[in-house]
Amino acid sequence: MIPPDTNTEEQTEMSTAGGPSEQAQDAPDLSALGVKEGAGHAIKVAGLHAYYGSQHAIKGIDISFPANEATAIIGPSGCGKSTMVRCINRMHEEIPGARAEGEVTLDDVNVYGEGVDVTTVRRMIGMVFQKPNPFPTMSIFDNVAAGLRLSGTKSDNLRERVHRALRAVGLWGEVKNRLGEPGTGLSGGQQQRLCIARTIAVEPEVILMDEPCSALDPIATLKVEELIDELKSRYTIVIVTHNMQQAARVADSTVFMLDGEVIEHAPTKDVFTNPRDERTERYVTGKFG
Amino acid sequence: MEAGATSAPGGRSVFSRSPVSQLPDQVLRWGLTGLAGAILALLAYFFVRLIGESGNTFSTFGLSFVFGNDWDVSRSIYHGFPLLFGTLLTSVIALLIGVPVAIAGALYVTELCPRRVRGPLTILVDLLAAVPSVVYGLWGVFVLGPKLLPVEKWFASTFSFIPFIGGGTATGPNYFVAGLILAIMILPIVAAIAREVMATVPAEHKEAALALGATRWEMIRMAVLPYSRPGITGGAMLGLGRALGETIAVVLVIGNAPVIGTHLFNQGYSLAAVIANEFGEAAATPIHSSALFAAGLVLFVLTLLVNIVARRFIARGEHGRRGTGGTGVTVTAAPAGEAA
Amino acid sequence: MSLTSFAPIDPRRRRTDKIMRGVLLAGTLIALIPLVLILYYLLHKGLGSWSGSFFTTDPNGNFLGDPGGIRSAILGTLEIVALASLISIPIGIGVALYLTEYGKEARFANVVRYFVDVMTGVPSIVFGLFIYIVLVKSHIGGDFTGWKGSFALSLLMLPIVVRAAEVVLLLVPSALREAALALGAPRWRVITRVVLPTALPGLITGSLLAIARGMGETAPLLFTVSVAFGATSDLGAQMNSLPVQIYNDISSPRDVIIARAWGAALTLVALVLIINLIARAIARRSRVA
Repeated sequence: MIPPDTNTEEQTEMSTAGGPSEQAQDAPDLSALGVKEGAGHAIKVAGLHAYYGSQHAIKGIDISFPANEATAIIGPSGCGKSTMVRCINRMHEEIPGARAEGEVTLDDVNVYGEGVDVTTVRRMIGMVFQKPNPFPTMSIFDNVAAGLRLSGTKSDNLRERVHRALRAVGLWGEVKNRLGEPGTGLSGGQQQRLCIARTIAVEPEVILMDEPCSALDPIATLKVEELIDELKSRYTIVIVTHNMQQAARVADSTVFMLDGEVIEHAPTKDVFTNPRDERTERYVTGKFG
Repeated sequence: MEAGATSAPGGRSVFSRSPVSQLPDQVLRWGLTGLAGAILALLAYFFVRLIGESGNTFSTFGLSFVFGNDWDVSRSIYHGFPLLFGTLLTSVIALLIGVPVAIAGALYVTELCPRRVRGPLTILVDLLAAVPSVVYGLWGVFVLGPKLLPVEKWFASTFSFIPFIGGGTATGPNYFVAGLILAIMILPIVAAIAREVMATVPAEHKEAALALGATRWEMIRMAVLPYSRPGITGGAMLGLGRALGETIAVVLVIGNAPVIGTHLFNQGYSLAAVIANEFGEAAATPIHSSALFAAGLVLFVLTLLVNIVARRFIARGEHGRRGTGGTGVTVTAAPAGEAA
Repeated sequence: MSLTSFAPIDPRRRRTDKIMRGVLLAGTLIALIPLVLILYYLLHKGLGSWSGSFFTTDPNGNFLGDPGGIRSAILGTLEIVALASLISIPIGIGVALYLTEYGKEARFANVVRYFVDVMTGVPSIVFGLFIYIVLVKSHIGGDFTGWKGSFALSLLMLPIVVRAAEVVLLLVPSALREAALALGAPRWRVITRVVLPTALPGLITGSLLAIARGMGETAPLLFTVSVAFGATSDLGAQMNSLPVQIYNDISSPRDVIIARAWGAALTLVALVLIINLIARAIARRSRVA
């Protein structure tokens, strides 16, 4: 049984839906976004296999990610959690020699289907990476605007959507007077929130997060987790994490993976307090991994 | 262990080596250091001697040597602006043609082409650098020049309304052919550096662009090119340095006319070409040879400066882009974000 | 919950992507065309000149009749470059050893490194001028001689050798050096018995590339060796060389001599290419090992 993280209760109280605060640290304000509550979309993975050349990394996976929920993927290093998530937005195939087979349906459309444009898939399924990666040659504003500029958003609309995205992640107060400065001039936690702003600026339907906090300090981690909690209400979230307390804090349900297969998928509380599979139990109690 | 075991007879510690056995090490060390220093001293000495030989020219003509427009051997007047003009013009042509092609090639090899083809393509482009300049000259005189002439003539007459580029009569050897051959010669240098720089673009930036729904070209535009810009600029400048100093290929195809050509397809001259061309006859005339040395000095200083600036760009390209704390990071041309 | 439709992205973006990919491919092909053309014409116009007598007779400078072959040019090039290599390769490796084993990051070493780098950008004609001023003009040891040409070429080859050698020497793992030192070997033995043998393939590669470069240079020889036709193996006299021979032949009005120039150019390129390919083969083999 995992000792509960003592901060968890306080965190849920801290997230407010109020307007932007005047002081430097903002609470995330998602009401500014054009996305309605409950607007997330469900993802279903069916019969997914993924290969790196001849290495069979994902061996037939079926998972349902319910809309407007956060699902955590946990498992030891090398179990395939990042690979699986990258198959959802078809980033896996960017690696030379890598390929994926199976079905990944967003609502009822298979992203691997015939005639589906992979760049549209990626716009609709956003991704936040482990290491914050703002574009180093772009300013804070340009970073958030990057995805919008691709789809030809015009400048007034652009400015508004950038501001909204920054408000939504709670960065607005901290950066509103230095939007022209390089994105890399921010702290690690701010950079990651900047990347999240960049991702939600294009209004995706699902957000994938590949260990988004593992490069951040504990305080920055908490801010990002607070943000994830807020984002849940409007997006569907899949978050890969090796931090089980994080999964317990943030995710409604949790998937445990091992060696490219799904071992268990259940509400988070059950996975940690009453796992059905013996391997799950050994992992969550820290016996390996 | 007995006390005093570390003392050998004679009071010397067991651990110290005899002075004799240390000799080879000392000799090697100071010998090599001296060698390195000697190279530097040699360079400095050459530089000083070159200045010495040029002194006559600069005291006679002063700055007109560089900026005056009258290179007349028969009257012993050496105002070398036509030379400088030709050097700069052909080098600019080389950059305008060679750099985009080099960048395109480098982008293709690093981002687009199938992995198996990458190696052979790279070697093929690099082989261009192995061809000796006299062979480029030979090919230029007998193949490229003649084949281009009809095209140049057509171009000059069709676009005669454009100054300098159009109009006039095209001659076989001319600025353009020289510039084109220089472009081919600098291509492998620029491409090699561009490739190296592009290969260091961190995958995370490329992934960030792709994950936002960018097409391949958009990803290149967003993540690869801005990141590589300082390095590519440095590579282009190294190419410039090469073009400025190239002698044999240019002297064979530029026409060696000591005037400022009125049109792109006219004959001209360059600093390096004049030295190679007039060296024989200048040996008898001190003022003439001094003028040629002065031309060499100008060339030397010019290429030195270009190279120094180039290396600064390349160094900046290698160190400038790391994670947080961007110092001196350039922002792309997109409008800077507005303050609320 | 709305149905997802993967609306294809703006066709203009797709078109731009296709066009730019085509442009980049075209650029690559354009870059290769000159190489193909040069090789083609070299073979087309030069192969015909190749014959037994081409390689076994000297150019005779006659105005009429058989102009002779290029034997003295080949011999001259081989001798002059051989002497230049004997000078520049040991010195170059010596300077590189200084930089990697002794100087390292010291101020003086960095200065040396910087100027060696800068040396690679000096036009070859300037090196010819240097030697001309210091040795030829002053009539030290004769006027135009083969060995002065070697000196000029060695100035050119030196920075190539130093840079390549430094790279290769740095690749020798310091663990190897430390193991030898820990066994009580003096530094000079470590260098001669451990470092140099380990780096040998790379040193050979770098030297071969410098030799190939030196073989092809004309300008430095023009001012130091000048022109000669007759064969002489006396480096203390004026000698012929392939690049200078070609350079001279180009301005001839006689077709046979032009043909000889093409034949000589083909010979020179063949030599240079073979050396280049051998150098690369050695480099690749040592990497695989």
